Amino acid sequence: MKRYVYINDNESSHELYCDNRISNRKYTVLNFLPKNLWEQFSRFMNQYFLLIACLQLWSLITPVNPASTWGPLIFIFAVSASKEAWDDYNRYLSDKKANEKLVWVVRQGIRKHIQAQDIHVGNIVWLRENDEVPCDLVLIGTSDPQGLCYVETAALDGETDLKTRVIPSACMGIDFELLHKIKGVIECPNPDKDITRFDANLRLFPPFIDNDVCPLTIKNTILQSCYLRNTEWACGVAVYTGNETKLGMSRGIPEPKLTAMDAMIDKLTGAIFVFQIVVVMVLGIAGNVWKDTEARKQWYVQYPIEGPWYELLVIPLRFELLCSIMIPISIKVSLDLVKSLYAKFIDWDTEMIDYETGIPSHATNTAISEDLGQVEYIMTDKTGTLTENRMIFRRCCISGVFYGNESGDALKDTKLLNAVAGSSPDVVQFLTVMAICNTVVPIKSKTGAISYKAQSQDEDALVNAAAQLHMVYANKTANILEIRFNGSVIKYEVLEILEFTSDRKRMSVVVKDCQNGKIVLLSKGADEAILPYAYVGQQTRTFIEAVEQYAQLGLRTLCLACRELREDEYQEWSLLFKEASSTLVDREWRIAEVCQRLEHDFEVLGVTAIEDRLQDGVPETIETLRKAGINFWMLTGDKQNTAIQIALSCNFISPEPKGQLLLIDGKTEDEVCRSLERVLLTMRITSSEPKDVAFVVDGWALEIALKHYRKAFTELAILSRTAICCRVTPSQKAQLVELLKSCDYRTLAIGDGGNDVRMIQQADIGVGISGREGLQAARAADYSIGKFRFLKRLILVHGRYSYNRTAFLSQYSFYKSLVICFIQIFFSFISGVSGTSLFNSVSLMAYNVFYTSVPVLVSVLDKDLSEGTVMQHPQILFYCQAGRLLNPSTFAGWFGRSLFHAIVVFVITIHAYAYEKSEMEELSMVALSGCIWLQAFVVALETNSFTILQHLAIWGNLVAFYVINWIFSAIPASGMYTIMFRLCRQLSYWITMSVSFTLSVF
Amino acid sequence: MDTDRERHRARETAFYLFTQQSLPACKPVLTPGWVIAIFLFMGVIFIPVGLVTLRASHCVVEIVDRYDIDCVPEPSRMDKVSYIQDDSIPKNCSRFMKVHKYMKAPIYIYYQLDNYYQNHRRYVKSRSDKQLLDGQKYHDTSYCQPVESNNNRPIVPCGLIAWSLFNDTFEFIREGAELKVNRKNIAWKSDRGHKFGKNVYPFNFQNGTLIGGGKLNPEIPLSDQEDLIVWMRTSALPSFRKLYGRIEEDLDVDDVVVVNLMNNYNTYSFGGKKKLVLSTSSWLGGKNDFLGHACVFVGCSSLTLAIIFVLLHALWRHELFTLEQEKLFRVIRTRSTYI
Repeated sequence: MKRYVYINDNESSHELYCDNRISNRKYTVLNFLPKNLWEQFSRFMNQYFLLIACLQLWSLITPVNPASTWGPLIFIFAVSASKEAWDDYNRYLSDKKANEKLVWVVRQGIRKHIQAQDIHVGNIVWLRENDEVPCDLVLIGTSDPQGLCYVETAALDGETDLKTRVIPSACMGIDFELLHKIKGVIECPNPDKDITRFDANLRLFPPFIDNDVCPLTIKNTILQSCYLRNTEWACGVAVYTGNETKLGMSRGIPEPKLTAMDAMIDKLTGAIFVFQIVVVMVLGIAGNVWKDTEARKQWYVQYPIEGPWYELLVIPLRFELLCSIMIPISIKVSLDLVKSLYAKFIDWDTEMIDYETGIPSHATNTAISEDLGQVEYIMTDKTGTLTENRMIFRRCCISGVFYGNESGDALKDTKLLNAVAGSSPDVVQFLTVMAICNTVVPIKSKTGAISYKAQSQDEDALVNAAAQLHMVYANKTANILEIRFNGSVIKYEVLEILEFTSDRKRMSVVVKDCQNGKIVLLSKGADEAILPYAYVGQQTRTFIEAVEQYAQLGLRTLCLACRELREDEYQEWSLLFKEASSTLVDREWRIAEVCQRLEHDFEVLGVTAIEDRLQDGVPETIETLRKAGINFWMLTGDKQNTAIQIALSCNFISPEPKGQLLLIDGKTEDEVCRSLERVLLTMRITSSEPKDVAFVVDGWALEIALKHYRKAFTELAILSRTAICCRVTPSQKAQLVELLKSCDYRTLAIGDGGNDVRMIQQADIGVGISGREGLQAARAADYSIGKFRFLKRLILVHGRYSYNRTAFLSQYSFYKSLVICFIQIFFSFISGVSGTSLFNSVSLMAYNVFYTSVPVLVSVLDKDLSEGTVMQHPQILFYCQAGRLLNPSTFAGWFGRSLFHAIVVFVITIHAYAYEKSEMEELSMVALSGCIWLQAFVVALETNSFTILQHLAIWGNLVAFYVINWIFSAIPASGMYTIMFRLCRQLSYWITMSVSFTLSVF
Repeated sequence: MDTDRERHRARETAFYLFTQQSLPACKPVLTPGWVIAIFLFMGVIFIPVGLVTLRASHCVVEIVDRYDIDCVPEPSRMDKVSYIQDDSIPKNCSRFMKVHKYMKAPIYIYYQLDNYYQNHRRYVKSRSDKQLLDGQKYHDTSYCQPVESNNNRPIVPCGLIAWSLFNDTFEFIREGAELKVNRKNIAWKSDRGHKFGKNVYPFNFQNGTLIGGGKLNPEIPLSDQEDLIVWMRTSALPSFRKLYGRIEEDLDVDDVVVVNLMNNYNTYSFGGKKKLVLSTSSWLGGKNDFLGHACVFVGCSSLTLAIIFVLLHALWRHELFTLEQEKLFRVIRTRSTYI
């Protein structure tokens, strides 16, 4: 499917494509109520409560006032609806601001100031420096004579460096005035969300006729939400507008993640529901039998002989309503409330602020903190996550000579400095590649100092190192690069850039030396992408040795190479390249193929080694978390040796003989299979020994293992506590996460770059490090932290506390509902199984939404162990991981507790208040106050640390209970007029309270 | 300097401590010592309290007389229901109650009904509090079903509860002289003052084909119909006592009280029992040993538990943990011991 955009054609595309009105809203004023209600009622719990509330409207069966369910239900709905409405209103405001922003657009050949929302596909939009781009544009002109402009894409991908964008060749040299009248057609794919690809073509109409179709890439576009920088003006044709822009398309609502605890709570709710149905059926049958045998004899009840047809249903339905409080209506609200507080605690935590950058930790997803305490596997990226991603050029090997081996810093190696001073040709060539084989943009400040804007940290390190070695990459104007070396200025013209892709693992530039007109191909890349393509006869032994040696030290290596091209060879290839660049299908693959034709017969110049230091506290963090029973997998795009070295230095694996590394490799499928089986065998044998066994697998073997030997690999994954996967692609990272998830493990993925985004989204918990590779990962993640070491605190402190607190809160919610419900059930046995409610409506409602909900909320402040103790004994986390605090058996404990407490309260009440004291209102208040005392006692017992707030909530609630009931007892119109005063004057009431309170201790 | 001090102050504020989850907290740890002390304390408190309560209960003198069967003449005992429903037969009956222990005035007269479900759902809801207060001015009697109107005119007081008013009457004679029974102030003052209207008179009451219980004097306002007010305070339990009146004279040991009663109320159709109760009262209320027994039981079991814990503690003492482990262990133990 394609779309054809006719430039400056005002009519044709108006109906075809939407205008530029951005809408992030979920609702409109009209559909808010129905849509929001529909969404809320798609949850089982809400449907259940609605059904109950509707049944209560039938006065024949309702045991209590319908308000006791409608009240809380409407309250809960109102709370979540107003939260949604508020969010949506804010979205509306920000949309409105963006939509009503004024932009310059060409209309009928004249530039006009119109609102951004009126832009249509095909319009020409003018932008000035620092303007925000209102929709996706294809550049057709800029102030720069070479057609360049710079954009900042931070809002799109979080990368803060400036990116170069260029107008398509067909538009080169069109006069500023004529741009208004330009006509043509852009053939582009339908909107998608890939911000790295735009495979389109442009054809201009007369008088701007160009005999060629001009290919367009992402380099020719400026996308919505970017900012124009360092360029006076630019103009472009709108191709995607409104919600169809690349940004708009990528904006979907992510699927909500469900924590293991939520799933467990749902399961328990289901169990309670079943239990409730059973109770209702038993009581319903008993009630009908009693009615027919006993109640008809009791003349004072006046049961009619012939009832209506639904008579048999009446009693079961009454019991259904009476038991409906078994499923606490408040649990969802309470859980939402405490969960957002857990998230706030993470945001507030001053110990998780990265003071270097001032970035605090942030919980984007407020609903999954409990899962942090149940993590079993951590999948971590290496670069930027474990390491600082601050690259420093350390060593190099130029034509067989090692520099920097003694001092550890090549920049201070006198040998190298002498070679530079002496302009040794090999070294000069090497430095040239270092300086210009990249996509770095040098920016000259007013003082004359040069700073570099680089997309890759490696390139930044290389260019800076070259500059320190007097090969200064000084300026870039259009295609001309300027290099200063030892006082002389050398100019190169860049002919082509063969960009880096993770498949090719190398990048090249074709440059023309402006002095002598020679065309040279300069390449840099991973060793396996360069060394095998050296020209026949070149000795690459030393380079291989160098690469190995550097990798052993945990350094990142790059091989530099070059090749001189003949003029005709280049011309011929250039045509092919152009063709490949303008294909619409499989463009990437075609380009890679064409590049291959040029990138061979290299003259390898040398190897660079770049150090990427470990972040502070990484080894300690990993050690602590491993002690806590969390398994670590390292998934990196880096080389095997480098990965292993980093793994060793950060306690990931132990060195021999304590640890053992098992390699899975092989060139063919069979070899991989055999190696996998061998490793599996070893793993099975050693799994009983206290030995640190880890397996290492590379991307190629992983591909085969995942495709053909999934079962064996899964078994291996379960057996092994540690794994290192190197040379893996982003999608493989995501596959590995999925594999572990399918084995029912709780996984946490942590990464910092765009290549980790898929893994982060796939995992149960995604953690992003807001690092140097931009904010892409942090934005996709559920939690973003500044440094890897904060992970320890995030899991051991926040995760664990959240788990403990939610475990208590949820089970307590069921407990308190069950207590009151059991009392109602017991009471029905002494009230002729007729479904009378012992408690009045007000008390029931207040019990559920107030007396028992408020005190338990302060359990979010409860700490069973101090933070220090947990950090010292990370083994404690086992408890959370295994789900020891919330599972069917703990729940059964709470169930038993509620049954016991209900029996205690009920039996004591009906015996202490027998005969002349058995007045209904009094008895019900005695039972209710018994429940209130017990719940205060249970909360107090389960609280491990009492802060002032807890005291306030627990004891204050008890006081509030009496105050509220005194107030009710003072109103003559209320049913319980004077009851509470009467009770409080009786000594026997207080003795009853203390006995039931104490008995429940046993 | 200033900023430093300010920051320091900010750190001290309660909200900051709250955000860092580091509000000052006390962490009571239930060590064996504490647990033993608490149980001992409970034992020491509850046993005396229980004994005092029991004593209060024992001080109450109570005479209970079941009369529902004995008051039916021998020939009618086969078919008690038709006996009670037959208006032509006189229902008077005499009972003798022997005082076995000195009873100090006031002596409360209760009637007790067993197996009578005043808490049945149909029954307990069949009343209109608004009508009781406002009389016929209040028209909505739908709550009173199935006894809301008769001959298309509303019944005051409506509803099953009022309709089934208890109507046995008692007269007390000691040594030939009538004992004075005070039948005033037997209902709650608050009910008389605020729940039952002063200007509401019974209307159209017990006029239907089905006559339930007692009739009311249409001349007396509801607020003074104390038997009705007492009856309308429904009981939560199927066996209950309701106040009939007070004897304001002391009764001596071996006094014989003759009760002349009218056995009107039908409990025979559902096998209910009727009892007459004479009882003195204490600070606890009527005779009820339950609370006393419960207190003593709680106290004794606390003491027993305390002793068991002491023994256990002494036996297992040598298996002491290191301080760290102990700390962890306590957490687990406090969680599991008391569930």
